[in-house]
Amino acid sequence: MNKHKTELMVGVFVVLTVAAVLLLALKVANQTMTSSGDTYQLYAKFDNIGGLKERSAVKVGGVTIGRVTDIHLDKEDYTPVVTLSISTDYEGFPETSSVSILTSGLLGEQYVGFQPGFSFDGIEELKDGDYLQDTKSALVLEDLIGQFLFNRGGNDSKNDD
Amino acid sequence: MNFFQQVGANTLARLTSIGRAALMLFGAIFAMPSLKNIPLTIRQVYVVGVQSLLIIVVSGLFIGMVMALQGYTILVGYGAEGSLGPMVALSLLRELGPVVTALLFAGRAGSALTAEIGLMKATEQLSSLEMMAVDPLRRVVAPRFWAGLFSMPALAMIFSAVGILGGHLVGVDWLGVDSGSYWSLMQSTVELQKDVINGVLKSLVFALVVTWIAIFKGYDSVPTSEGISKATTETVVFSSLAVLGLDFVLTALMFGIE
Repeated sequence: MNKHKTELMVGVFVVLTVAAVLLLALKVANQTMTSSGDTYQLYAKFDNIGGLKERSAVKVGGVTIGRVTDIHLDKEDYTPVVTLSISTDYEGFPETSSVSILTSGLLGEQYVGFQPGFSFDGIEELKDGDYLQDTKSALVLEDLIGQFLFNRGGNDSKNDD
Repeated sequence: MNFFQQVGANTLARLTSIGRAALMLFGAIFAMPSLKNIPLTIRQVYVVGVQSLLIIVVSGLFIGMVMALQGYTILVGYGAEGSLGPMVALSLLRELGPVVTALLFAGRAGSALTAEIGLMKATEQLSSLEMMAVDPLRRVVAPRFWAGLFSMPALAMIFSAVGILGGHLVGVDWLGVDSGSYWSLMQSTVELQKDVINGVLKSLVFALVVTWIAIFKGYDSVPTSEGISKATTETVVFSSLAVLGLDFVLTALMFGIE
């Protein structure tokens, strides 16, 4: 009887552990559920990717449709090439679509904003491995402030004349 | 001259003690494949794991709750209280879960293991087993070792899970953080490989170290009442220090270099 109870309690312990692991893996990390879907790859060249990282989101109007899976520098023209893995649930964007690197909130993390273009006759759909032509780089705050100060300086000297 | 002799004797004593510990661990690990030991191991999982469950669950709950409370008061100043979920989950999974579980385990189960084996040695039960041609490493040490190695990662997982639920209790149900942002930001931040698996690995290393120290201190204790009391104290002190030191090394290896 005593041995029976021991085994019962150990069984409860093991089940509790499995429940905890499941909670952590599925509810907390949520990895296996989202990354299992099929994706296709699109490429985009930017002048400056700012703080974009691998695993950053790709969003259309705020809805996440994919993730950045790779960032590397093109060996020939030294511009960053970003690989976007888009879920196959969202296929058939026209090739006039544009991408820009946006920031969520003032200090939030950066993501790729995907703007579907207009489709009319003669415009093809984006397929796996295509390059997006229309890209807008990340807004680098330091550059912006630098430009602002430079313009201010220029205006001031004109006023003095 | 006397001084050098003292240093030499100390060094030799330390080295032989490490050697004995390694031999014992070797014996315990390779005593696994006998089927007769499985009921003994289950019995030890009950003693070491199930009986530690209460303290682990209560501490996990309260640590999660306190972290949510502290984190909220700071994060709300930046309007970032939605990040409470990732904060609680990452601190629990990466650090507090494995470390606090190991410290509690050393106090709750490690000291008991040392005292039990030490008393077995003092009352010559271990020698009697040897007289009956039963290997005490196989019969006494191995089941406790494997039970500890299994129980602590399990307890650490339970600790983290309960802590995250405790954080939800305070953060969402009491302080009014949005439940959706608590979970969804957590899900987008926590990575299975990097955070969950690394936490389990950490706690596996701690389990090995704490159980090893606890068993060896008991097995190697001076068989007197004073010796057992010293061994029990040393178990708690040494394993706590080892856990804290190893935690820094493991963190540096796992998360230090991005």
